[in-house]
Amino acid sequence: MTETLALTGVTKQIGGLTAVNNVDMTIGDGQIVGLVGPNGAGKTTLLNIISGMISPTAGKVSFLGEDITGMKADRICRKGIAKTFQIAESFPNLSAEQCVMIGILFGNHHAPGMRQAETEAREILDEVNFPREKTGTLTRNLNVVELKRLQLARALACHPKLLLLDEITTGLNPSESNEAVGLIRKIRDNGTSILIIEHVMSVIMGVSSRIVVLDHGEKIADGHPHDVVNNQRVIDTYLGDIDAF
Amino acid sequence: MLSVSSLNVFHGNLQVVWDLSFRVNKGELVTMIGPNGAGKTTTVETIVGLNRKATGSVVFDGEPILGKHPNELFSKGLALVPEKREIFPSMPVIENLRLGGMGNKDPEAALARIFRLFPVLQERERQEAGTLSGGEQQMLAIGRALMSEPRLLILDEPSTGLSPLLTGQVFRSLEQLGREGMTILLLEQNVRNALAMCDRGYVLENGRIVQEGNSRELMHDARIQKAYLGF
Repeated sequence: MTETLALTGVTKQIGGLTAVNNVDMTIGDGQIVGLVGPNGAGKTTLLNIISGMISPTAGKVSFLGEDITGMKADRICRKGIAKTFQIAESFPNLSAEQCVMIGILFGNHHAPGMRQAETEAREILDEVNFPREKTGTLTRNLNVVELKRLQLARALACHPKLLLLDEITTGLNPSESNEAVGLIRKIRDNGTSILIIEHVMSVIMGVSSRIVVLDHGEKIADGHPHDVVNNQRVIDTYLGDIDAF
Repeated sequence: MLSVSSLNVFHGNLQVVWDLSFRVNKGELVTMIGPNGAGKTTTVETIVGLNRKATGSVVFDGEPILGKHPNELFSKGLALVPEKREIFPSMPVIENLRLGGMGNKDPEAALARIFRLFPVLQERERQEAGTLSGGEQQMLAIGRALMSEPRLLILDEPSTGLSPLLTGQVFRSLEQLGREGMTILLLEQNVRNALAMCDRGYVLENGRIVQEGNSRELMHDARIQKAYLGF
């Protein structure tokens, strides 16, 4: 069976630094895979490689059986990979609805008319529980939670088959994170596979069917969440005293 | 050391902070918790002079400071670790840190301490700050604020983007700074750690303080447990 995503020997050198070193990993259809690791381990770089924002210096990225290595981000997006960003930036002078419409109009092939894009944008914003009274608000006036929901909506507007989430629950408190966990599961249940970077272990443990751990650009663990969090190397380099969390 | 009374803050015509009163005593570690959008960031931005559409009173060391400029307040010993880090991306790490230490008579000692806390910043001191990973940029933002050895350190979600291991280290070093006499106001979503570290806490919801008390009481309060600790 074809994996949704398969990485083989993916490597990225930036100057003298090997940010990602010979990483193999797969994501199956409908899977949620958690990507964790110390700060600077190369997690965001790996997501940028998959989404086409940067090219790997070696290795291969396959999406639904097709080699997409080195393809430009806009093409990869239309093929069905969407991504959110760590810092929830948006077009400051567009409304939330307009931001999502951009994703709908340019992010995939079905290219509907403006009227339909507007309707779809509202539906997607609803789906991520974005407050209805704020769909017309300029994004520079939105708070962190609203911006996070908007980012998610904008990514979903591209109808992705694989969604890359870079610290989507960062800055949320535990109850807000619990809501996000529900939302992530719902997106998966609607048929999207997910790769999620997150430091909040309750979120990672709550959603992931598998966890991959990076350290200094190398994969040091890959497996069932409970096995991974009991792995001594993962405890030493990443978790520390897990009881504190 | 810091006393805020009847503070009201506006964004345009929208009032976001209502009649807020709280204090941070000298040498105290105080946390302010609350959901996103409650007005925590707005409150501390107002205290450090970044947001001047406000009424009420903010007194720092016996002196009214509401409406004063951020640079003036910085030289008086107020430092903020901003939520969005706000580092200078095209400047090297070391220069970002040195900027924070302007006015500090012994910046080398502060620098040595920061490098002990975040060794990766020393490894990368010549690198442009914008090329750091997200978590490393967070370390830099904390380090830059510590460079001034402020009398009141305000941190807006310092654990954002840090690994669990490093979050533990940051909280322990803040505790240590507290023991050495620094006064700290901490805004955190990591409520469990924040309450464990701090002496007292305030709960902010919809721009108003709805609860206050010592950390132990708050940690065992049923409503707090349900709303903020995820029980």
